[in-house]
Amino acid sequence: MPRPHLYLLATLACAFGLSHFSDRMDPYFLDVLTGVGINIILAVSLNLVNGYTGQFSLGHAGFMSVGAYMAAAVSVFLGPRLLGESGGTALQQGTLFLAALITGGCAAALAGLAVGVPSLRLKGDYLALVTLGFGEIIRVIFQNFEPLGGALGFNGIPAYTTIFWVLALVGLTVFVVTCLVNSTYGRGFLATHDDEIASEAVGLNTTRYKIVAFVIGAFFAGTAGGLYGHFKMTITPTGFDFTKSIEIVVMVILGGMGNTLGVILAAILLTLLPELLRPIAEYRMIIYSLMLIVLMLARPQGLFNFKFGKAKL
Amino acid sequence: MSEFLQQLLNGLSLGAIYALIALGYTMVYGVLRFINFAHSDVFMVGAFIGYYLGKLVPEGTLWGGLLVLSGAMIGCALLGMFIERVVYRPLRHGPTLNVLITAIGVSLLLEYTGQIVFGAAPRTFPQIFPTANYHVGSLTISSNQVFVIGVAILLMIALQLIVFKTKIGTAMRAVSLNPKAAQLVGVNNNVVISFTFGLGSALAAAGGILYAMNYPSIDPLMGVMPGLKAFVAAILGGIGNIPGAALGGLLLGTVETFIGGSQFSTYKDAIAFAILIVILLFKPAGLLGKFTIEKV
Repeated sequence: MPRPHLYLLATLACAFGLSHFSDRMDPYFLDVLTGVGINIILAVSLNLVNGYTGQFSLGHAGFMSVGAYMAAAVSVFLGPRLLGESGGTALQQGTLFLAALITGGCAAALAGLAVGVPSLRLKGDYLALVTLGFGEIIRVIFQNFEPLGGALGFNGIPAYTTIFWVLALVGLTVFVVTCLVNSTYGRGFLATHDDEIASEAVGLNTTRYKIVAFVIGAFFAGTAGGLYGHFKMTITPTGFDFTKSIEIVVMVILGGMGNTLGVILAAILLTLLPELLRPIAEYRMIIYSLMLIVLMLARPQGLFNFKFGKAKL
Repeated sequence: MSEFLQQLLNGLSLGAIYALIALGYTMVYGVLRFINFAHSDVFMVGAFIGYYLGKLVPEGTLWGGLLVLSGAMIGCALLGMFIERVVYRPLRHGPTLNVLITAIGVSLLLEYTGQIVFGAAPRTFPQIFPTANYHVGSLTISSNQVFVIGVAILLMIALQLIVFKTKIGTAMRAVSLNPKAAQLVGVNNNVVISFTFGLGSALAAAGGILYAMNYPSIDPLMGVMPGLKAFVAAILGGIGNIPGAALGGLLLGTVETFIGGSQFSTYKDAIAFAILIVILLFKPAGLLGKFTIEKV
């Protein structure tokens, strides 16, 4: 993607424009658009780990839940104290929400660091399992942690998420990931993906690259979780289970690992499809799993990877 | 003291089941160097085959139970070989990541097809073997526990004999050491890998039946947690190492049962993964595994 900063500006302008007219728009359309946006953030950030760096994380929903809970905790516990009874002005609420999102992202990034350091020293298979296990540990912890609602879920989160925040964060995520991967430093991610041994031989610290990718991916998953929590206004530990992680993984694989544009398209497609296919909702996971198998057997470079002939994977 | 012994017994019978599942992971990892995520769902299918076969034979008879057990083992062996033939073999020389993703896909496919075919609601597993409770002092030993441990030990001995005393076992070890060299000396890799899948899946089926006897509520997602824990057990003992898998399973089952009996019981499911992270940090080759230097 050439000139990513122009895309970022365009997205931000678009976000401003849309939020200006959002009162007059169909609420269902806005809801679906918010869902699409959150999924794009999740898929693009996971793509940095699973696509560009060639690792395999199955715990993205776990990082999302850390972000969702921490961001919700900030706005529920700190919000009334800072903004007073009246709830504050829109600007104050916005600032608080931004702080909440950053807190959620940083908490998820810290969790990513804690999980990544032990497991990323090893080969890909282990990371898949450790991240899967991490998702389970996080769920068990949140289920037992009463101050954040325990197994019943965390309720009463203020509805701060607007279409502006969603689009702005989508733009930011895509911007950061694109710029990072295309930078001199970021070539190390691709090198780690292409050949770990060769990269080490030319002096790249592959473990470090893997951890950096993992932590950044976790950060954006955390902010996506923050958006999700303030959108649904209630979060439960089981809402961020293995199925959610798989959904994000399918988006990345369908779009083509290491192909941001394809992953965005796949995220849009996979968010809209369940809306259209409500009658066969119970077959959704069967379709996902078949998609994984058939894609790997027939088209491992992903559905939306149009670089024919020189597929990278 | 008697409570300690009681918990130890419970832990060992749970650990024996983990060990049976872990053996399948470890054997497949040994010959193919990849984690067969679908293994835990073969375990589930084993329990369901047992459920349906259990309706055909009279309940609570030894021959009926053994018939169910061997039927499930044969069924799952065929299933495992089928999965290997159709899905994994075309990808054998592909990137490891693709194989891993496919394995996850197969696992999800089995789980969610199971939810449609068997129904998502839990079912009660029939009492296929005669049951009795023995009292030794203040200990209560159920015949199921004795049976679980006994069958697990027998199967492990049988496996050890197959791997170390038979021709196909020798071939398995050869493929595990170096697949190309094995092929050069005339080992048919496809047959060996197929056999390994069959053997591992049969053990998973046995594990599934034994698990369902002790925890008689089965559903299509029942394999996920035991499967993950068995995998942790395999890593704990050293992946690719058969006695290691058995040791890891027994250790993990015991630790988990003791945690379950303490005040931290709600964290029972998290402990296995905490162990996994600790072992990966401090001894990534596992307790009995040998650390190997990566060669280019």
